[in-house]
Amino acid sequence: MSGASQAARQAFAPNWGARLGLLALALYSLYAMAQLDITWDRLLIGFGEAGRFLARMWPPNFERWELLIEGLLESIQIAVLASALGILLSLPLGLMAARNLAPTLLTAPTRAFIALCRSLHYVIVAILFVKAIGFGALAGVAALTIASMGFIAKLFAEAIEEISMKQVEAIRATGAGFGAVLLYGVLPQVASRFTGFCLYQLDSNLRNSTLVGIVGAGGIGGTLFAAFKRFDYDFVAAILLSIIALIFLAEVISARIRAAMQ
Amino acid sequence: MSGAAGTAGPMAPLIREWHRFTPAERIGRWLVWLAIVASVVWAVRTVEIIPEFLEDAPEQMADLLVRMWPPDLAHYYPDVHAALVETLHIATLGTLFSFLLAVPLALLAARNICRIRPLNAFAQLMLVSSRSVNSLVWALIFVAVFGPGAAAGVFAIAFRSVGFVGKLLAEALEETNRGPVEALTAAGAPWGHIMLKGVWPQVQPAFWGIALFRWDINVRESAVLGLVGAGGIGVVLDDAINFFQWERVATVLLAILAVVIVAEIVVTRIRSRLI
Repeated sequence: MSGASQAARQAFAPNWGARLGLLALALYSLYAMAQLDITWDRLLIGFGEAGRFLARMWPPNFERWELLIEGLLESIQIAVLASALGILLSLPLGLMAARNLAPTLLTAPTRAFIALCRSLHYVIVAILFVKAIGFGALAGVAALTIASMGFIAKLFAEAIEEISMKQVEAIRATGAGFGAVLLYGVLPQVASRFTGFCLYQLDSNLRNSTLVGIVGAGGIGGTLFAAFKRFDYDFVAAILLSIIALIFLAEVISARIRAAMQ
Repeated sequence: MSGAAGTAGPMAPLIREWHRFTPAERIGRWLVWLAIVASVVWAVRTVEIIPEFLEDAPEQMADLLVRMWPPDLAHYYPDVHAALVETLHIATLGTLFSFLLAVPLALLAARNICRIRPLNAFAQLMLVSSRSVNSLVWALIFVAVFGPGAAAGVFAIAFRSVGFVGKLLAEALEETNRGPVEALTAAGAPWGHIMLKGVWPQVQPAFWGIALFRWDINVRESAVLGLVGAGGIGVVLDDAINFFQWERVATVLLAILAVVIVAEIVVTRIRSRLI
């Protein structure tokens, strides 16, 4: 009897399932580290190298600022064009993928297409477009357009699926055509969320457009990769600092735009 | 105000024209639209487009697809398979390592857990700087540090994820209810117990959600790390592209596609079970 009451009094019983799970995770990480050849010695050497690397990065070298500005401007162009194209194409795609407005015959293939756009990483898509369109900003624009479509068309579709159908029915009851239903029944309910998605996508396109240059698709990434390959680590530091500054600036501006469009 | 009809009478103040936005708001919105149009026009006019490349783009695209067909499926085992497993290891280990770093940073960044303002700001700064450097750039840095190989990939994934995971965890921590924490404090529980029994049960669903979400993203991202030499399937992809072996490229792309889709399905399943 006393044993039972002792057991009942234990407020926080040990959770053996969780402990076993943690143990399994620890064992897995040891196994994976062995598989990937991550050893303590290697880490120690790496930390020494990191010190040297950081020392060579400092001070950042802004001497070739013309190259830097040119690359950044091209990145911004890529981001703006990819966002504009991606948003324009996502509007019909999102509508076609929304299960409450479009027939199933249309939503299923559209959803598959959107999922396909989203599942390949934008750098891989950029490689394919570099092959198809050739080196330069256009390949970056195309790759990021695909990536934007995969992302915002999905969000658009989800936003449209969450609207209240009462307003749509009310507009339909007045005998309005499909365009009028969209304009007065659907758009007012989703406009503010759409603005948020678009701004978010512009932000992330800006981040990504600084990267696609690594595979030759234009923007500052090419300059960055070249500087890395030539071990110009002080120039690398300058490029990284300017990218971070650009992204930070973009976040501030998009917060302003969000406030203005509310 | 458009009170032309009823300038007198008790109803006069009610007859007015309503506007959704104040004039300042309207000017602001108009300026935003102007800026959007202006920036798109600027980008279209100044972006460097080589017309010759654009002209034969459809032809080149068709050529690419023809060369990719049929995919060289014999190439899958063992090369691509081994690289794929390595990619999954990189993503999983990277996610685990990122939590080792992100949990302390999130505890420091959450204003209701750590009451020292400068430490909050410091943790936020670390999280923001981790987030603003892309995983491929982290990979470049770690390839310079650890040399080419999967170790660089794991650290790149971990350092990129820290910012994301830490930010979301800190937000979840800040949303916790004070009640259980105060009860445990009143009972004289030490700090570790308060965290484990007062805070952890509240953030647990968010925690698993974040972990799964980030793992899914990391599987996608670790597939490209190999392009800069940080291990995984990207190395195989890069080799195949450099040798123009497009049938093999097709195999690798199909493998990546399959893994990404399977990862997404797994994550969705586990999430619906856990949360």
